[in-house]
Amino acid sequence: MFFSFMLLFSRQGKLRLQKWYVPLSDKEKKKITRELVQTVLARKPKMCSFLEWRDLKIVYKRYASLYFCCAIEDQDNELITLEIIHRYVELLDKYFGSVCELDIIFNFEKAYFILDEFLLGGEAQETSKKNVLKAIEQADLLQEEKILKVYIN
Amino acid sequence: MPAVSKGDGMRGLAVFISDIRNCKSKEAEIKRINKELANIRSKFKGDKALDGYSKKKYVCKLLFIFLLGHDIDFGHMEAVNLLSSNKYTEKQIGYLFISVLVNSNSELIRLINNAIKNDLSSRNPTFMCLALHCIANVGSREMAEAFASEIPRILVAGDTMDSVKQSAALCLLRLYKTSPDLVLMGEWTSRVVHLLNDQHMGVVTAAISLITCLSQKNPDEFKTCVSLAVSRLSRIVSSASTDLQDYTYYFVPAPWLSCKLLRLLQCYPPPEDGAVKGRLVECLETILNKAQEPPKSKKVQHSNAKNAILFEAISLIIHYDSEPNLLVRACNQLGQFLQHRETNLRYLALESMCTLASSEFSHEAVKTHIETVINALKTERDVSVRQRAADLLYAMCDRSNAKQIVAEMLSYLETADYSIREEMVLKVAILAEKYAVDYSWYVDTILNLIRIAGDYVSEEVWYRVIQIVINRDDVQGYAAKTVFEALQAPACHENMVKVGGYILGEFGNLIAGDPRSSPLVQFNLLHSKFHLCSVPTRALLLSAYIKFINLFPETKATIQEVLRCDSQIRNSDVELQQRAVEYLKLSSIASTDVLATVLEEMPPFPERESSILAKLKKKKGPGAVSVTELEDSKREGGELNGGGDRGPDTSAMSASNAVSRHSVTSNLSYVFQSTPSPSADLLGIRSSAPAGTAPASAGNLLVDVFSEAGPAAPSAAVNDDGFLRFVCKNNGVLFENQLLQIGIKSEYRQNLGRMYLFYGNKTSVQFASFTTSVSCPGELQSHILSLNVQTKQVEPLVEGGAQIQQVLNIECLTDFSDAPLLNIKFRYGGALQNLTLKLPVTINKFFQPTEMSSHDFFQRWKQLSQPQQEAQKIFKANHSMDTEVLKAKLLGLGTALLDNVDPNPENYVCAGVIQTKGQQVGCLLRLEPNAQAQMYRLTLRCSKDSVSRRLCELLAEQF
Repeated sequence: MFFSFMLLFSRQGKLRLQKWYVPLSDKEKKKITRELVQTVLARKPKMCSFLEWRDLKIVYKRYASLYFCCAIEDQDNELITLEIIHRYVELLDKYFGSVCELDIIFNFEKAYFILDEFLLGGEAQETSKKNVLKAIEQADLLQEEKILKVYIN
Repeated sequence: MPAVSKGDGMRGLAVFISDIRNCKSKEAEIKRINKELANIRSKFKGDKALDGYSKKKYVCKLLFIFLLGHDIDFGHMEAVNLLSSNKYTEKQIGYLFISVLVNSNSELIRLINNAIKNDLSSRNPTFMCLALHCIANVGSREMAEAFASEIPRILVAGDTMDSVKQSAALCLLRLYKTSPDLVLMGEWTSRVVHLLNDQHMGVVTAAISLITCLSQKNPDEFKTCVSLAVSRLSRIVSSASTDLQDYTYYFVPAPWLSCKLLRLLQCYPPPEDGAVKGRLVECLETILNKAQEPPKSKKVQHSNAKNAILFEAISLIIHYDSEPNLLVRACNQLGQFLQHRETNLRYLALESMCTLASSEFSHEAVKTHIETVINALKTERDVSVRQRAADLLYAMCDRSNAKQIVAEMLSYLETADYSIREEMVLKVAILAEKYAVDYSWYVDTILNLIRIAGDYVSEEVWYRVIQIVINRDDVQGYAAKTVFEALQAPACHENMVKVGGYILGEFGNLIAGDPRSSPLVQFNLLHSKFHLCSVPTRALLLSAYIKFINLFPETKATIQEVLRCDSQIRNSDVELQQRAVEYLKLSSIASTDVLATVLEEMPPFPERESSILAKLKKKKGPGAVSVTELEDSKREGGELNGGGDRGPDTSAMSASNAVSRHSVTSNLSYVFQSTPSPSADLLGIRSSAPAGTAPASAGNLLVDVFSEAGPAAPSAAVNDDGFLRFVCKNNGVLFENQLLQIGIKSEYRQNLGRMYLFYGNKTSVQFASFTTSVSCPGELQSHILSLNVQTKQVEPLVEGGAQIQQVLNIECLTDFSDAPLLNIKFRYGGALQNLTLKLPVTINKFFQPTEMSSHDFFQRWKQLSQPQQEAQKIFKANHSMDTEVLKAKLLGLGTALLDNVDPNPENYVCAGVIQTKGQQVGCLLRLEPNAQAQMYRLTLRCSKDSVSRRLCELLAEQF
């Protein structure tokens, strides 16, 4: 279930989050993003959520104004990828409390942190919602003033 | 502002983001960003040390700006500083910035690695995870070098926390993918396999990705994972939906882990141990059964998760291809999805059935769904689903249903999306050929194909129909009649004219008895299309005309008149003019006997693998057309072409490597493509001679259509990827493909150079007619020779495995920009290979190094201050910025590298004089690296402006 990259963009085509699990130059990344945003936005609602693109498969799903779009390899499982997307949405939803696009814009760094706990190096690291949120909340607790030297033996 | 702002809100950041969102235009946004960048820059540069919070805030702003799509060239150092902060959130932002923005060859990597090392040894799990995430996100070779041995230790250590184990497993996976040579197998590997038994489902989920990847590369070492995976899968599959607590997803127990387990098992053949196998088959049956149970929830997530496991199980069943019962059951369950209301399921069912169709056990079961699939092709609203339906029809096609499927595909083509037409055309052409029982059906199909989708019919398709018609006596008359009828249409596709011209030129006599298709009628029909056609088609038609003169002497006068008219004999196109002149002459001076010999009917084509299939394979990439399919077509194609009576020697030919495929078309093409040499053209027409005597340069235009790895690079496309590697060095391999390797050694003194070229034949077969020529571009236009290259012709034969040498003597007359071109032609197994390479002779080769003091350097630098004398370029580093590497390159350039000249010790300055026959050009060079931004600024000042520009272009690609 290896992800090559994951993109979040709005209905207006604004990129909200990008995560690349394969090394690409900035130029290539921009090109891919442009192409994919265009392709996905042009698709109609009833169409299927998968498309072949270059030598990858794209799996995408729309949640309100946001498109979540993942690239997986040819032999990977599309349906489980759709549910990876859904689980990530659930995580965001739980963390922000009924998440909306603005949460992701203003707290983009949190969206990245949650993603890193959930998917690492393009593979699912922890699929339990509780465990992911626990890790994030723990991090939130380690706030400003708390000096962490205590841990260092 | 959002209502929720969890964690530590950074007010300044939120304000900035709001500002950006309020910008009314792109310009306003850029203005606001530039203002912010200036502000951050001044903060970072200011004397006052920033506190951690501000640093974090600014780094975060930079990150935001970068993610908006703007370039960021500073702040890296501040981000690295954050890594060693003892405040978690600061560290976290630092790592995020590094993960997103630092590329692998950055100078900072050493500092980053240090910080990571500290965190990894901190024994604080939260810190360790951050560090591991960073390694997994960046995944550079430098990181692999630093941590590849450390991470396995963390992964299998008894006291490592679960969350750290998870990160370590995936981190190691990433490093293994980028640098497999650095991740050494060892004692840890067996312990990793046992993570499949771990209590913690999250650890198993993470570890299994690593194990799957490692097993693909080292199947024997990880064999034990099969039985472990089966028992784990069995436990999950048989558990109740609530047993696994939070790992149950919408009533489906551990769907991700189940899919991954099934995927891991696909790395291995079916288990040999009967008990393990029995257990696995039981699991697979349970999965198939569960998919049939009524849903526990109406939510799409429930059915998706359940079906994800089902599809993965079916993939495993297909992979084993040994359980007929399971295969047929899988097929039936997929059949139900073919009419499901969820588009996604219809799509996947079609896709999955495609692979089932290739199994002998399920092929028949797949075929029962033909009507549904045809219906999908007609009615699906989503083109990607229709594409899948077309693929499935192709996969399920066999002799019994070929006519129906081909007819359906043809009728679909009339309305098909442009994006898939070409592939559809290829598929129809292949099926028609593969399953043709009578050839008139085949000819009808292909001509229909050209009529319906002429634009998408590639050369291969119409070559192929001609090959087959030529090789089969029984279809020639029918083909002539049908193509004659097709040409009656007022507007017919140019490809139809090509086929028509060829076939009537060869076999028009077979229908000439009918007064409705008498020779003159045939000729007039063809000629009525002539003026609307492109040059290659017109060339082909001219060849057809001369063949007509031979077939039907009564048309001679009419045709001669056509050839004689100014629009032919004085055509501005050399090719057409030449053909007209030659054919006219030939028809007037040659006796009937000579004509009959020269214009004899084409001999049968040697039996080969279908070139169309090769094309489809190339288009879809490996795996799309299975090996069996290829072999099938070879076999079936053989029947079609009457290959059966050719004896063993033909089969040896079709079994030879892919390259031999070229010769099919070069045979075909020499009738159409004449050459600059008149005699060669005529020789080409008298094609009864075996392929080996075909004219030397014919066919290269067509041959390249088939080239896969470029053994026959078209002469137009100059291969120059080797070229730039030689700017700073003189020896090495310039070019290599499956056939040929070309090595270079060269030396230069003053304005003279000598280059040794070594041509190595990598095959075991002799290269014949091996010729090379060197030309200097631009010499024809300007008549001013800037380079003088002298060489002796090489021996025309290069034995298999042998190497021959050629010496070039080079003299630089004036400065130049374009490199000389080396053209190589030879014949390999009958196919002509034609290759053009840029010879790495660049202006810098004629450098004489000049040592000078700092004072002299800057004095001359100032003297060369006219704007056109300077060329400057700022560019991103493409290679390592290591000092030694840079120095070696600058020395290789041929200039003197001057120490202690530039006040900034990071910069490099060089000086040299370019020696040409006519003049000397002084050059000064300055290269300023910016390690932080991974950029260079390169400045050249030369006494001749064209030299500055050219050197700048050449060098910008080198660093």
